[in-house]
Amino acid sequence: MSDRLDRRQAVARLLAQRGGCLVVTGLGAPTYDVAAAGDDDRNFYLWGAMGGAAMVGLGLALAQPEKSIVVVTGDGEMLMGLGAFATIGAQQPQNLTIVVLDNRAYGETGGQPSHTALGADLAAIARGSGVAEAMHVTTLAEIDALAATLAAPAGNPRVIVVAIDAADQPRVIPERDGAVLKTRLRAALGLPAM
Amino acid sequence: MSDWPLQIFAALERHDVRQVVYVPDGGHARLIRAVQAAPAMRAVPLTTEEEGVALLAGAWLGGQRGVMLMQSSGVGNCVNMFSLVAQCRTPFVALVTMRGEWGEFNPWQVPMSRAAQTVTEAMGLRVLRADEPQDVAPAVEAALSMAFEGGSASAVFLGQRLIGAKNFMAEDRQ
Repeated sequence: MSDRLDRRQAVARLLAQRGGCLVVTGLGAPTYDVAAAGDDDRNFYLWGAMGGAAMVGLGLALAQPEKSIVVVTGDGEMLMGLGAFATIGAQQPQNLTIVVLDNRAYGETGGQPSHTALGADLAAIARGSGVAEAMHVTTLAEIDALAATLAAPAGNPRVIVVAIDAADQPRVIPERDGAVLKTRLRAALGLPAM
Repeated sequence: MSDWPLQIFAALERHDVRQVVYVPDGGHARLIRAVQAAPAMRAVPLTTEEEGVALLAGAWLGGQRGVMLMQSSGVGNCVNMFSLVAQCRTPFVALVTMRGEWGEFNPWQVPMSRAAQTVTEAMGLRVLRADEPQDVAPAVEAALSMAFEGGSASAVFLGQRLIGAKNFMAEDRQ
């Protein structure tokens, strides 16, 4: 377990230089990790809609081409929406980065092994779906290098699978009213509530 | 042939719809071609309809309007993802071509067709129907206005009578 990264530390370092980027989180622990790194009006936390985080990110990326969009989700959430890789591959958004925190388990439901523990390689699936820049990250040095690129559009879609350990972390509970989260993100972009 | 698909396209233009996501359907083929040819619109093919529900929520977060084109068999694929629309109160419009309800030759289309309105309404969306060509433009206009001016979520069911069951296979395979 110790050869994999601590998720809280990894996410805090990942977002340490976020600049103007917009962050969408997948339900469960990634939502708590991003909240623990610092709440922000430009964070959109999903508490449900499992399998939808990457697609929320794509719609946002197409609507805001000048902004960097970062989706932070888990392996289980990503596995529920694998078609998203093909849809993103077809669109080639130049400003969308999907970060998958891969603990190889469904941590919220008792730690059952996920498919990434059973042979599935999310970076390979992403590459095979048309996202050429898709890789595994295993060190904090790589996280820091990635973090330095998140403030502005990277020029192509990216999928980064981060090897994290399966340790439980204290829950950090951010806003969970979806309408409030929607309105505050739109306000941060200068958009009206409706 | 009736021009209702092009009337839908005109309504999408009028409402400044910028992202049109779709799972292909023969009944939407003309509209999809029109969208693909429109520089102001982004046509986004999906692998499954639930992607479109999430994508359109993201588009709205970022200030763009979108709609989804799909067929009735895809309604069931969306059900849990409709939680996003209900919880975030994002505007939503799906234009759903109906299979399995009017001279359908394929019995596998029938169960989801029969359940489509019930499950859509159960998730909090309004269902509008158009079964005659002259009903399409007003129904789509109503759904777009309610969505983008009132924040509502609707699905417009385009009855299989509009598309014509007898010719469906031939057109579908063009």
